[in-house]
Amino acid sequence: MTTTKMKPVDAVVVGSGVVGSIMAMELASKGLKVLCLERGRMIDPQHDFVMPYVNDELKYDRHSDIFQNLSRETISFRNNASQTALPMRELGSFKPGEMVGGTGAHWGCNARRFLPHDFEFRSRITERYGSNFFPEGCTSQDWGVTFDDVEPYYDQFEHIYGVGGKAGNLNGEIQPGGNPHEGPRSREYPNPATRRTPQGELFAKAATELGYTPFQGPAAAMTQDYTNLYKLMLGECQRGGFCSSHVCSQGAKANPLTAVLPALYRKENFELRPLCNVIKVNTDSTGKKATGVTYIDARGREVEQPAEIVVLATYCFNNTRLLLLSGIGTPYDPQTGRGVVGRNYSYQTGGRVHVFFDDREFNPFIGGGMVNTSIDDLNGDVIDRSNLGFVGGAYVAVSSFGATPIKNKPVPAGTPRWGAEWKKAVAQYYRRSFAISIHGSCQSYRHNYLDLDPTYKDANGLPLLRMTFDWHENEKKMLAFMYERITEIAKAMKPSKYAAHHIYKKYTIVPYQSTHNMGGAVMGADPATSVVNKYLQSWDVPNLFVVGGSAFPHNAAQGPTETIGMLACWAADGIKENYLQRPGPLV
Amino acid sequence: MAEPGVPYAYGYLSPQEVRFLDAAVERLIPTDELGPGAKDAGVSCYIDRQLCGMWGTHGRNYRSGPWLEGTPEQGFQSRFTPQEIYRVGIQEINLYCRGKYDKHFEFLPPAQQEEVLQALEQGKVDLPSLSSKLFFDLLWRNTEEGFFADPMYGGNRDKVGWKLLGFPGVASGAYREHLDNPELYHAEPVSILDIRLGHAQVDAQGFAKHVRIVKQEGSK
Ligand SMILES: Cc1cc2nc3c(=O)[nH]c(=O)nc-3n(C[C@H](O)[C@H](O)[C@H](O)COP(=O)(O)OP(=O)(O)OC[C@H]3O[C@@H](n4cnc5c(N)ncnc54)[C@H](O)[C@@H]3O)c2cc1C
Ligand code: SF4
Repeated sequence: MTTTKMKPVDAVVVGSGVVGSIMAMELASKGLKVLCLERGRMIDPQHDFVMPYVNDELKYDRHSDIFQNLSRETISFRNNASQTALPMRELGSFKPGEMVGGTGAHWGCNARRFLPHDFEFRSRITERYGSNFFPEGCTSQDWGVTFDDVEPYYDQFEHIYGVGGKAGNLNGEIQPGGNPHEGPRSREYPNPATRRTPQGELFAKAATELGYTPFQGPAAAMTQDYTNLYKLMLGECQRGGFCSSHVCSQGAKANPLTAVLPALYRKENFELRPLCNVIKVNTDSTGKKATGVTYIDARGREVEQPAEIVVLATYCFNNTRLLLLSGIGTPYDPQTGRGVVGRNYSYQTGGRVHVFFDDREFNPFIGGGMVNTSIDDLNGDVIDRSNLGFVGGAYVAVSSFGATPIKNKPVPAGTPRWGAEWKKAVAQYYRRSFAISIHGSCQSYRHNYLDLDPTYKDANGLPLLRMTFDWHENEKKMLAFMYERITEIAKAMKPSKYAAHHIYKKYTIVPYQSTHNMGGAVMGADPATSVVNKYLQSWDVPNLFVVGGSAFPHNAAQGPTETIGMLACWAADGIKENYLQRPGPLV
Repeated sequence: MAEPGVPYAYGYLSPQEVRFLDAAVERLIPTDELGPGAKDAGVSCYIDRQLCGMWGTHGRNYRSGPWLEGTPEQGFQSRFTPQEIYRVGIQEINLYCRGKYDKHFEFLPPAQQEEVLQALEQGKVDLPSLSSKLFFDLLWRNTEEGFFADPMYGGNRDKVGWKLLGFPGVASGAYREHLDNPELYHAEPVSILDIRLGHAQVDAQGFAKHVRIVKQEGSK
């Protein structure tokens, strides 16, 4: 195949999601000539997503064409190395996006900071409980940055995404109404917290009785009209539901399409090229300098794009896969535990208890924009784990997400799956139930990892990424403990019935759980156990930055995106303030 | 019927397949004192339309071999598309019913139909070409979708699924003000189809103008 060579740019950013849009914006604001390459199609949010057509659960939640088109590219999966990995043929457990705006365009807006504890996980657990306290094979590790290092970048992200919440810890002083366990923040949230729903009120009352401290969990759907850091206007959220998995027609959900890209489109030194699928990061003969990337364009032509700086912002999976396809960094070998690319893949744990009230009714369809009432008292280092025998934790919440009817009709335990009894139960309980949910951490383990599949290929003939992953005892123990705690809260609400969803046995690629896939190109202080340094800069190729959830050495309880966005702000700052002056390794 | 007054012609399913589906989905969501079941809601029509579209051939699914059965955790691994699952599945289930009860599925009494569906669900029917559980799970998933998706897709006729739940359909611009209000919000459901046909009003932003229902004390 002949390769077309394009004019060089200062920086090429691959992916236009949460990370790619912010990195491109920050670098373009510094005057760099920035090109963003995106495999998905161009989106015009004002015309592509309009009322009433966006209120369509079937179209967006089930059959959406804004998620990754698996006919061209997927991953393969197995629970352990003794199995043959098979391709994920249908979307299930997670739904990565494929369009301008990425997965971020249809996210749920749950926007939480990680706790200080999470960044220094191994040191802090070791300090408090001893190094033997870690579960066998656990490879969770420190991030190479502390919460205090990155706090300003959390603040920056919150002012880009207009996060609404109430501070719980302002410069070390605990504030009423907020999360008392959060790390010290330098200032209040840019927007007020969400209002509390009647369901949230019931939960808050029960949780308070049991000694917990409920608060309105922060969210990136606007709680008032807001002009963000990039001078873009976002409107107040309508709470119309059809939210997570859907693109917002109201410009109320902060995401790349509303909070970043419109400001970038105004810049002459920025270009977005959609429908360009990057297949490789090119390096020079030393292998220590990236010369740009190669992509397949919309017409199937192979194109070479030279650049001084390469930023990979292609979500956990392709960040890892592109490194492997490009031969950058040593691939991880689970047998020896050596090598780094593909190491420390982790996910998110979760569970819920449904409460059913025969004598109370709610408006479950009103909500969205991640309205929630939470407690963080079972997370991080708040609980003493000496006698519990697990590491990690969870936050617990009651969310009013706008219950759409195909998938949100919980029924009490023992109800048949279909037929007349089932019909009676959904009629009785759709409006008389809600869930208390657990959102938990997930550690990394030696035998959970990503590599290239030996058999299955994508539409370009390149190997798929292979995921080898299963739940470990530690996570099951943690969840069992959480189920006990939330069952107590459920009982304190005095429902007619309550039902716990079963704790998982094996990880399964169906049904949907969360699009919170982490690791594969983790950050850290030691090149022997990380792919990128604390500035998200490749240890091997200093003009390559690999940014996103791929950098998480393990996953904390909170949703990842606020931390992913923070890392984008932090990495961009590293390039602007350090790298550009002295191109080369920053550490 | 897709739209009132417009008879619907099946695009993929044969008349015999439609009779099978009408009978099966009526057992899954039966007509009773709570209201119409899946047959009257047009679920077979919904399934037909889905089969005619991109989903019917798994157009966005990964479809390269080698095809191995895999573990349940590895998810869908059948080489069949939904079109093929319905076509082959219905034929083989009818053969099974002929063998066991001497009749096609549609002619069995309700109790026996339920028995067959349960056996399919539990993977206990040994169909020659596909797992009976695979067929059942797909049928149940599509039945639920057809009963509760917007009527624009051919099912949920007259919004019977939404009325059953008390789900108002397309959101109202007034929801925001109700978020923290315990007052119950009941409204005649509005669908995208209603709005398309001019049967329901929208506000300037495209949100549905709901006609609220006042619930009597003690009523459901
Ligand atoms: C339904 C749903 C709800 C969610 N809700 C929440 C939530 O409430 N809270 C939370 O914290 N997180 C949530 N998430 C997760 C959140 O969306 C992701 O964490 C976030 O989008 C990750 O940002 P990113 O920039 O790393 O990746 P993305 O936003 O996925 O962007 C990556 C981009 O790279 C492109 N790309 C990939 N490969 C290539 C290639 N080879 N060449 C060119 N382009 C490529 C993709 O098309 C995509 O546009 C949710 C996700 C989903 C699906
Ligand atoms: S609930 Fe709010 S953020 Fe979500 S789609 Fe509706 S207006 Fe947008």
